[in-house]
Amino acid sequence: MTLALESTDLKVQLRLSDAWFTVCGLNDLTPGRGVAALLPDGRQVAVFRDRAGRLYGIDNRDPFSGAAVLSRGLTGTHQGRPFVASPLLKQRFDLETGDCLDDPAVSVPAYRVRTRAA
Amino acid sequence: MSTTASRDRSRPTIVLVGHGMVGQRFLEALAERGLTATHRVVVLCEEPRPAYDRVRLTSYFSGKTPAELSLTDERFLAEHGIELHLGDPAETVDRAARTVTARSGLAVRYDTLVLATGSYPFVPPVPHKDAEGCFVYRTIEDLLAIEEYAARRAKTGAVVGGGLLGLEAAGALKGLGLATHIVEFAPRLMPVQVDDGGGAALLRTIEEMGLTVHTGTGTQEVVTGADGAVTGMRLSDGSELATDLIVFSAGVRPRDQLARDCGLAVGERGGITVDAQCRTVTDPRVFAVGECAQAVDGRVYGLVAPGYEQAETVAATLAEDAAAFTGADLSTKLKLLGVDVASFGDAHGTAEGCLDVVYADSRAGLYKKLVVARDGTLLGGVLVGDAEAYGTLRALTGSVPPLAPEQLVLPAGAGAPARLGPSALPDDAVICSCHNVTKGTIRGAVTAHACTSVPEVKKCTKAGTGCGSCVKVLGQLVDEELAASGIEVDKGLCGCFAQTREELYEIVLALRITSYRQLLDGYGREGARGTDGCETCKPAVGSVLASLAPAIGAEGHVLDGEQAALQDTNDHFLANLQKNGSYSVVPRVPGGEITPEKLIVIGEIARDFGLYTKLTGGQRIDMFGARVEQLPLIWTRLVDAGFESGHAYGKSLRTVKSCVGQTWCRYGVQDSVRMAIDLELRYRGLRSPHKLKSAVSGCARECAEAQSKDFGVIATAGGWNLYVGGNGGATPRHADLLAQDLSDAELIRLIDRFLMFYIRTADRLERTSVWLERIPGGLDHVRDVVVEDSLGICAELEALMAAHVAHYRDEWAETIKDPGKLARFVSFVNAPDTPDPVVGFVAERDQIKPDLPLLSLGLRPAARSPKPLADALEGSTQR
Ligand code: SRM
Ligand SMILES: Cc1cc2nc3c(=O)[nH]c(=O)nc-3n(C[C@H](O)[C@H](O)[C@H](O)COP(=O)(O)OP(=O)(O)OC[C@H]3O[C@@H](n4cnc5c(N)ncnc54)[C@H](O)[C@@H]3O)c2cc1C
Ligand code: SF4
Ligand code: FES
Repeated sequence: MTLALESTDLKVQLRLSDAWFTVCGLNDLTPGRGVAALLPDGRQVAVFRDRAGRLYGIDNRDPFSGAAVLSRGLTGTHQGRPFVASPLLKQRFDLETGDCLDDPAVSVPAYRVRTRAA
Repeated sequence: MSTTASRDRSRPTIVLVGHGMVGQRFLEALAERGLTATHRVVVLCEEPRPAYDRVRLTSYFSGKTPAELSLTDERFLAEHGIELHLGDPAETVDRAARTVTARSGLAVRYDTLVLATGSYPFVPPVPHKDAEGCFVYRTIEDLLAIEEYAARRAKTGAVVGGGLLGLEAAGALKGLGLATHIVEFAPRLMPVQVDDGGGAALLRTIEEMGLTVHTGTGTQEVVTGADGAVTGMRLSDGSELATDLIVFSAGVRPRDQLARDCGLAVGERGGITVDAQCRTVTDPRVFAVGECAQAVDGRVYGLVAPGYEQAETVAATLAEDAAAFTGADLSTKLKLLGVDVASFGDAHGTAEGCLDVVYADSRAGLYKKLVVARDGTLLGGVLVGDAEAYGTLRALTGSVPPLAPEQLVLPAGAGAPARLGPSALPDDAVICSCHNVTKGTIRGAVTAHACTSVPEVKKCTKAGTGCGSCVKVLGQLVDEELAASGIEVDKGLCGCFAQTREELYEIVLALRITSYRQLLDGYGREGARGTDGCETCKPAVGSVLASLAPAIGAEGHVLDGEQAALQDTNDHFLANLQKNGSYSVVPRVPGGEITPEKLIVIGEIARDFGLYTKLTGGQRIDMFGARVEQLPLIWTRLVDAGFESGHAYGKSLRTVKSCVGQTWCRYGVQDSVRMAIDLELRYRGLRSPHKLKSAVSGCARECAEAQSKDFGVIATAGGWNLYVGGNGGATPRHADLLAQDLSDAELIRLIDRFLMFYIRTADRLERTSVWLERIPGGLDHVRDVVVEDSLGICAELEALMAAHVAHYRDEWAETIKDPGKLARFVSFVNAPDTPDPVVGFVAERDQIKPDLPLLSLGLRPAARSPKPLADALEGSTQR
């Protein structure tokens, strides 16, 4: 099927300050789970795909513990907002804005994400 | 401990002699009425410890500590300035001088004297009754002595007396692993409470449990050996019963000697004679309450509830309030050796012209009799084997029940659909007879005092805090009342599901739903359908799907298909996440038994991967500090050496600890190691609402701490005792005895049922301990379901467990064989060979520990990176 072929070839890209950066193939993402990717400057990003196929990217570092683990959290929807809950101490972060839902003083950087044919 | 209040000694003094159950209740009543503030209160206590729950005495043998049985604490005494003298009994009373003198020489002048000296066990005057090895059953000290003697030199025990206490003592001896006999003079067991029919049902059930009962038989002589210790007893039929230990439980007699000595009148068969205010008929300054008193109706009550009422009466009288005790109901509900026995009202049908309605099934050990007047008024009854209806029936006594009596005694499912709910009761029906709480008061607690749960209502009304027999009805009433007040208690699992975990389990099982999405979109709350759910329901539903996978045809591996997205990170990586993002690995070591070769393999793996190793509290070895990409490599080596996943990461069976047991230990009576291994292998991988822990001890010394486990097993001479609902952790709970002397097969069948029933009905993250306390009916209900099969679901529970056992696969071995799953085990999707630079370690005590300062940096300086980043990255930059 052409559709399948196309999606195998789709790449997920992240907007960095100066360019789009390819992190992985769309098929590397399981709906409802994340992966971590390494950026050229040494930062880490957590990339997610939700069940509707939307993609999100936020910094992978959990600001509460310092560990780079947000990509390993469980995702969900809270009042219409997509979020990931840190696997360490369970604080939730908005996947679109990076804001922490449980502590308004905390947020993590968020990235724009798109897919492109390879 | 003796508390001396620095109080004004010129106040009127109340002296209480006897700090038993009723004495303590009297002190509480004094405090509640403010009398402790206006009086000096002095208590003389004969026993070495303050008042404790004598009614639950036997629970000492199922793990309750003396401290847990205590009914009072130093705070209560100190707060109310009560002076308690432990181990110092009153010896004389001088009524003219109004002084009581205690053994220590302490003399206290009283304005009011209250005698609450209880009873003493009657020991028939047979030769050698005081020989070494002869005991009574009344105090904690008695139990300690029996336990010690039984462990040291007894294999067989005999109880003289087949009444209520005798059966309780017999149960205790059996629990201690003794071959147990009961010798009863009357032609049936429990002659006071039940009639011949009930006695027969009881006899059958008790004999089936392996106890030997000799009814219609008297004890003539205790036989002793050369050293003077018991070796047997001669019975009235001429035979001799060999036994190493004897417990006399042939009734109790009021302790009225102190009263007699000071000239107070006592009844013909003993008991200090009092009036309706519990004031002695001889001296207006002296009162008597509890088992030492003969009430105004001429009776000496041997139950705690009437004693409590008497204590309240005296406190009220001292506060100059009107109160009277004119008599009480002798209803009792007991659980003897696991058999429910209840009698209430006119149990023997002594009323003129009354009629009986009887249902008996001696095969099932069931006997139920109701005594009814000609006009249909319920007068009383006896229930043996199933006392479910006791709470309602007792409360209905004295009225015409809204259902025909035969419908009230027929078992569920036998034709009549007639279980009478507490809604049928009038408001003045007494629900809790220990604390005399009516249905109206309980309803008021919900409506007027805004209690929304059984524990709150218990606190507010005291209902259910005595013998506990009313708790079931209490729960039903509270639920009904909450519903009627329109209080919307959202019991839903989370914002996505309005159902409880239990309800979701039923939906998944009944409709064979194999996916989370299907469940959320079809059964979630309106606004949650079609969304991504949340971090609460995903793992909870994931666990339900995993528990039921073989039965509903869902994917069997927690990382298969959609399941992978539901798992908490620990389940997702089949390892435990640590604070710096590394993981720990815990291979299964069933029963804690491990070969030197396997120990060496663990050592080699830990050395080769640089892991921190530690022995766990669960009798196995934890290896910490593995990076996510190292996990499959570590598992491969472990699996090759014959290890498998220990599920330390899952809400599933953790460990079955064992002691060394019979094979090596001089005390062991069964092979606890073999049983622990069997259990661990049987239940490994079973996903459940919370983690499950177990242990098996080879004898009652309990070196494996089985009573702190979700299901714990202790060996007896005749098999295994099964304990359930134990917990360590933040809120420790001793496990309750579920069943005794089980064979291997019986034990496993019962655990199968118990676990599956728990998995089916518990809330998310609810350990068995909390579950057992929460579910209506508690342990009794669970026993009814899993032992008696009262819901008829045991076959299904067993089948579900059989399916689990048949489909078990090691999750690690399956993962390392599957390239699709393995792909996830990388730190970076775009740099599979690069380890997470934030995971670093420093040295401590010859091993590693997480490098915490590294975590606070947030970004590792590129200079410390193992490889130039550009080389590592597979991604590319596009402009
Ligand atoms: C490794 C170990 C401590 C040790 O070094 O000995 C341990 C380590 C952890 N325990 Fe434990 N517990 C360990 C034995 C115990 C015991 C003792 C026992 O099992 O005999 C208890 C008390 C007994 C009990 O559970 O009833 C225990 C009571 C807890 C609790 C409290 C449970 C409760 O019901 O209150 C938690 C928290 C929880 O599960 O919610 C917990 C949670 C944890 C977690 C999983 C915390 C976490 O989420 O990270 C720790 C994971 C360590 C890791 O990453 O590997 N651990 N934990 C022990 C592993 C035993 C094993 O071989 O599997
Ligand atoms: C194993 C067992 C199971 C039972 N089960 C039930 C049940 O299920 N339901 C029920 O209703 N009842 C039950 N009972 C009976 C219940 O325990 C008693 O009815 C209740 O304890 C009576 O309270 P009391 O204060 O009158 O006597 P006790 O609790 O016996 O207290 C009397 C206290 O006075 C002390 N004393 C005696 N003389 C002196 C003195 N001269 N100076 C100082 N102190 C003195 C004694 O040492 C004792 O501590 C059971 C009893 C036992 C032993
Ligand atoms: S529980 Fe009993 S059999 Fe097991 S080690 Fe301890 S003393 Fe020995
Ligand atoms: S009847 Fe005993 S606690 Fe309620």
